Amino acid sequence: MLSKRIIPCLDVKDGRTVKGVNFIDLKDAGDPVELAWQYAQQGADELVFLDITATHERRKTMIEMVKAVAKQLNIPFTIGGGITTIQDAEALLNAGADKISINSAAVKNPSLIEELARAFGVQFVVVAVDTKLVEGKNMVHLNGGRLITELETEDWIKRAESLGAGEILLTSMDHDGTKQGFDCGLLNAITQMINIPVIASGGAGKVEHFTEVFEKTGVDAALAASVFHFGEIPIPMLKQKLKDHNIPVRL
Amino acid sequence: MIGIVNYGAGNIFSLTSALERQHLDYGMVNTEADLDKYTHIIIPGVGHAGAAMAKLEHTGLVEPIRKLKKPVLGICVGMQLLTDHSEEGDAEMMKIFPLNTRLFNKDQGIKIPHMGWNNIDHKNNPLFAGVENLTQFYFVHSYFIEYNPTFDIATANYGMPFSAAIQKDNFYGVQFHPEKSGIAGELLLKNFSNLKY
Repeated sequence: MLSKRIIPCLDVKDGRTVKGVNFIDLKDAGDPVELAWQYAQQGADELVFLDITATHERRKTMIEMVKAVAKQLNIPFTIGGGITTIQDAEALLNAGADKISINSAAVKNPSLIEELARAFGVQFVVVAVDTKLVEGKNMVHLNGGRLITELETEDWIKRAESLGAGEILLTSMDHDGTKQGFDCGLLNAITQMINIPVIASGGAGKVEHFTEVFEKTGVDAALAASVFHFGEIPIPMLKQKLKDHNIPVRL
Repeated sequence: MIGIVNYGAGNIFSLTSALERQHLDYGMVNTEADLDKYTHIIIPGVGHAGAAMAKLEHTGLVEPIRKLKKPVLGICVGMQLLTDHSEEGDAEMMKIFPLNTRLFNKDQGIKIPHMGWNNIDHKNNPLFAGVENLTQFYFVHSYFIEYNPTFDIATANYGMPFSAAIQKDNFYGVQFHPEKSGIAGELLLKNFSNLKY
């Protein structure tokens, strides 16, 4: 049976992981390779690295980091942030990334999804969508929720699927950072609407939120950052709890 | 030493990294003569099976690989290349296994691609030596190889049973990615390197 996936998300700046990470036996919390390896040891099913570097050197630094991670890591990982061209994606693929995640570049240029899927296969293309409820409608937002678009989330996700997205990473900006649980209503509506895997993101604060999102919605994976980084939810414990609820996980 | 067929279908950095972690030596196979340099051959592959087959044909390695008597392992699309035919691009494959590569049927209520960790039920083949039965491996594919008891050495279930691994004589194929399947995947690569034929 296909397992539900648990995915820690790491922010990367200038080739270093940022946000306070609090593993007891970590020598260098800013080293993406060591951190990734630790997460793999704990039983993470997959990792997402989000590049928030703003400098011109970003591309080169990122490729070096991806190579270093791919050398050591024996589970799949996705790279997101600042990918706007086929060339960006190809360089990451050749460096060992399993998937790339595109967000605003896809909104601005939807044909990028199609081009990437044709060049590298749909399995390589994750479309990340940031959504926020505005006057009763789920609207796609850019720039971490600061910029509203004219796209309704449901319409955009359907379109992304038809263009060749292999997976959707859906972050509810209303829930993100609240630690009050995932947006199960919207996530379930989306999973009923499309036929590709969906990763839930935004709102994880305790173990019950993970149980809830897998029991109440058809999502395939749940992503979180701080609850894992600060050790609030150890992954082995989380997976055991999910298993106790008869949710298929990899132990 | 392991030779990796270098025909331009997908990235092999993750595979070579996994071999290095297992301290397994490898080199690249670009020509027919290169096949003689190695004791074991891996055919990697990501992406479109039809396009991958066209690339492999372009290297002129199809017939020489078919004639090999040493252990050969096809991974993911590399496994699908060993079959008769793929529905992806309606393409003729290498015809080593009399099996077909087919598209998953979404009418069975499954999402496509099949992406993530799934259990495999294996049949104590040496390729899986030391791998506990029902261990999960990492899959990512939209096309699958139909289950056939003659060649099946590991079965997975996604809407229906399909072959996670196959064997015929010295030819092996795995649908999952051992290079991304944690410790079990690394063990499988090590097992392959120890196969004698």
